[in-house]
Amino acid sequence: MSTAIEIRSAVKRYGTTTALHAVSLEIADNAFFTLLGPSGCGKTTLLRCIAGFEDLNEGEIRLFGQDIARLDPNHRPVNTVFQHYALFPHMTVLENVAFGLKMIGVSLDDRRARAGRMLEMVHLSAFADRMPTQLSGGQQQRVALARALAPEPKVLLLDEPLSALDLKLRQAMRVELKTLQEETGITFVFVTHDQEEALTMSDRIAVMSQGRVQQVGSAREIYEAPVNRFVADFIGETNLIEVTVERIEGDWARVILPGGHVIRCAAAGTSPGKHHLSIRPERLSLAKTGELVATIERVVYLGTDLQLLTRLTSGEAIQVRLQNSARTEVPAPGTQVALHLEEGAARLLAD
Amino acid sequence: MKGVRHYPGFLTMAVACLVILYAPLIVVTVYSFNASTSITTWGGFSWRWYGDVFTGPEAPRFKAAAWNSITIAVLAASAATTIAVAASLAMIRGGRFRGKSATFALINLPLMVPEIVTAVATLIFFSAIGLVTGYMTILIAHIVFCIPFAYLPITARLQGIEDSYEQAARDLYATQWQAFRLVLLPLMLPGVISGFLLAFIISLDDFIITNFVKGAGMETLPTAIFGSVKQGIKPNIMAISTMMLAVSVLFVTLSYLVNRIGQRTRS
Amino acid sequence: MAGLTPSGQGNGSGYRRIVAPLLLPTWLMIGIFLVLPVLLMAIYSFLTKEFRGGVIWDFTLASYDQFFLNRGLFGDEPPVIEWTYITIFWRSIWQAAVATLICLAIGFPTAWFIATRPPRSRAIWLFLITIPYWVNLLIRTVSLKFLIRDNGPLNEPLMALGLITDPLPLVNTNLAVQLGLFYSYLPFMVLPIYAAVERYNFALSEAAADLYASRWVTLWEIVLPVVKPGIIAGCILVFVPSLGAFLAPDLLGGAKTFMIGSLIDEQFRGSQGNWPFGAAAAMILMTLVLIVLMFYARAQAREGAR
Repeated sequence: MSTAIEIRSAVKRYGTTTALHAVSLEIADNAFFTLLGPSGCGKTTLLRCIAGFEDLNEGEIRLFGQDIARLDPNHRPVNTVFQHYALFPHMTVLENVAFGLKMIGVSLDDRRARAGRMLEMVHLSAFADRMPTQLSGGQQQRVALARALAPEPKVLLLDEPLSALDLKLRQAMRVELKTLQEETGITFVFVTHDQEEALTMSDRIAVMSQGRVQQVGSAREIYEAPVNRFVADFIGETNLIEVTVERIEGDWARVILPGGHVIRCAAAGTSPGKHHLSIRPERLSLAKTGELVATIERVVYLGTDLQLLTRLTSGEAIQVRLQNSARTEVPAPGTQVALHLEEGAARLLAD
Repeated sequence: MKGVRHYPGFLTMAVACLVILYAPLIVVTVYSFNASTSITTWGGFSWRWYGDVFTGPEAPRFKAAAWNSITIAVLAASAATTIAVAASLAMIRGGRFRGKSATFALINLPLMVPEIVTAVATLIFFSAIGLVTGYMTILIAHIVFCIPFAYLPITARLQGIEDSYEQAARDLYATQWQAFRLVLLPLMLPGVISGFLLAFIISLDDFIITNFVKGAGMETLPTAIFGSVKQGIKPNIMAISTMMLAVSVLFVTLSYLVNRIGQRTRS
Repeated sequence: MAGLTPSGQGNGSGYRRIVAPLLLPTWLMIGIFLVLPVLLMAIYSFLTKEFRGGVIWDFTLASYDQFFLNRGLFGDEPPVIEWTYITIFWRSIWQAAVATLICLAIGFPTAWFIATRPPRSRAIWLFLITIPYWVNLLIRTVSLKFLIRDNGPLNEPLMALGLITDPLPLVNTNLAVQLGLFYSYLPFMVLPIYAAVERYNFALSEAAADLYASRWVTLWEIVLPVVKPGIIAGCILVFVPSLGAFLAPDLLGGAKTFMIGSLIDEQFRGSQGNWPFGAAAAMILMTLVLIVLMFYARAQAREGAR
């Protein structure tokens, strides 16, 4: 598989604040690639640098091998779906979709035909002569997609395009976007702060924080094998406990939990000493007996799940998720239970 | 129980405010239709003074003055609007640059300096550089003081337009000029029209500065009216006043409608 | 994210690269035809007057001397303070200040009333207040003169009704000038206060009422301090043009109501004029206005710092 975008030590500063700290990233061709992180992490800045709306202070951005970092946006064969769509309010839907084609010199007939096909693809043919303001949010979203895809860009950039839609629509659009990406074979670079969005659509995800890429991997990799506390904490829910690594035996580490309970887990490049351990709440279960004893403090009913807030005898708070089924016994607050760690449930973090 | 928004007497004040503002204008409008030659007595309804404005003994003078006023207002407002559009692009879209606050002060300077001071300074300047006062000097002076008036609504409009529209255009292969002409300018248009109308009215209105830099024999409508009023208020002046009043009302309504349309095109 | 990339900070719109050419026409027009003339005027105020209107390039303090000091008919007596021009300036400041206060007294309730209307009638009220702002000032002043003159539509009915025997002596008085200034600049007071009241959070008044403040105490303690920036802006917008006003004193006033505007104007009329003295008077007026504007800027800065 070839590389669509290669970013090498990209640095972006605004005055004294640094938005991107030497970010390097490779994005494969024909992939759905997501930049995920909390607001202010630099993901949108990175996207805008690829689009050409911001100039990098240092570094390069290669598009299929060609350095585009110093080109104006209109000379970059990438197109953007803007967060609030930025549909030209004084043009009809069809004129909006045909705009890029007009700019690259496609003849009137051709661009009408192509814009028409794009509208067909997003199921909006009937709305070609409407003004953007006459459309619903979801329809505007699809026009923005059609407009950005019409000039057949090499890469499509999407800046939190679903954030303005309501939940139901957002879920439907996720599927539609993924399908569109697979059908067109165009590389999508998608920016979001919504981890669920990222996990459901992406082939690969780059988790960003404070202007740095923290981890790049598939959805499964970043969820199951977070490399640091930030990723573990940001993706899904987790229990972070401070533990002591007593010694390393090959790929395995002997870890002492607070209270003296000893477990074995993957070393993940750690060395003996203090570390953090990440335990996903759904990988914990209740047992009749065991060494890890906790008191139930509160039971929260979540519909599909039950969330138990417990406290170890050593004082650490631990969350447990149980599936809500008819057979689930709900312990009363105050009762003592033993927590059972599934195989591989705990993950040692490097920092 | 009335809400916290209510204050007794404020309605009376507001009505008084309107009465004060409108009473003189209404009285003049009514008397402009007075058939009598005397301005004191009412002689029945008549259009005669409107006829007098166009055909009476003073008609050539007022026609020439009106022509000067209108052409100067159109030229000055056009020039000021063009300059203001360029300036607002630099001020709003140009990011931070050296001299930005100085430029801001410069644009607003014509509003800060009292009119009579501007008038004196401009007259001194033109006479010092040996420029003969007349049409040209009026036009130049008008362009200068119209700039901030055109700048205000244009900037207000431009500030409300997200730069993502232009970025979308650039992203879709438009050059900077195309992005301006095809996307930004149409979106700015309500502000540009408002700016033009405001500058036009301000130019048409001006008396003090014009009176200083007009030179002998040159008249605009306000200076002609002033000259005539100095000899006493005559009925034909009231007819002219009423017509100018109508033009002003037309312009406010126009600018109001333009803004309404502008708000609708904004998503 | 938006916090890091404020509107217009990117190069996407590309105007950063052409800031100088875009601003050049503004710099040239205002620089050459306003800044330069004002500087030249400052120089002129130190030149010697020529008799047929004009100047001789001999530097002297004569104009300022003439403004502030009296050295007798032949200029050889010990100088005493010359009150003529100081009195004219003082009267102008006084008139402008009173006009500002009257505008405030009527303008604030009006602005408040408009801002508290439901949207539809608010639009109509605003529209009505705005129209006079767009009407030619000369025409408005002439109209006012027509209304208040001795045999005008104000006095005639009052006399016909027998309420007064002689016409109210309005024209050519200080009162007429006062009325003219007030009438000229009233919209300038209403609009900025309206803008401030419109942004006012009425829950503050409700909170004050809840804490036992009466309507008028609330107005004084809560409303006025909060909308103060709008009030100050309105006062500046009325005071500054009133100070240099020419039309209202010239058309409505008489010899006793001479104001700065007329004094300056007179210095540039025909061969009787005295350009350096006119320039000096204009310089003094501009200094006064600059002082007022500096107070305003400082008040704004303090407001912004809070």
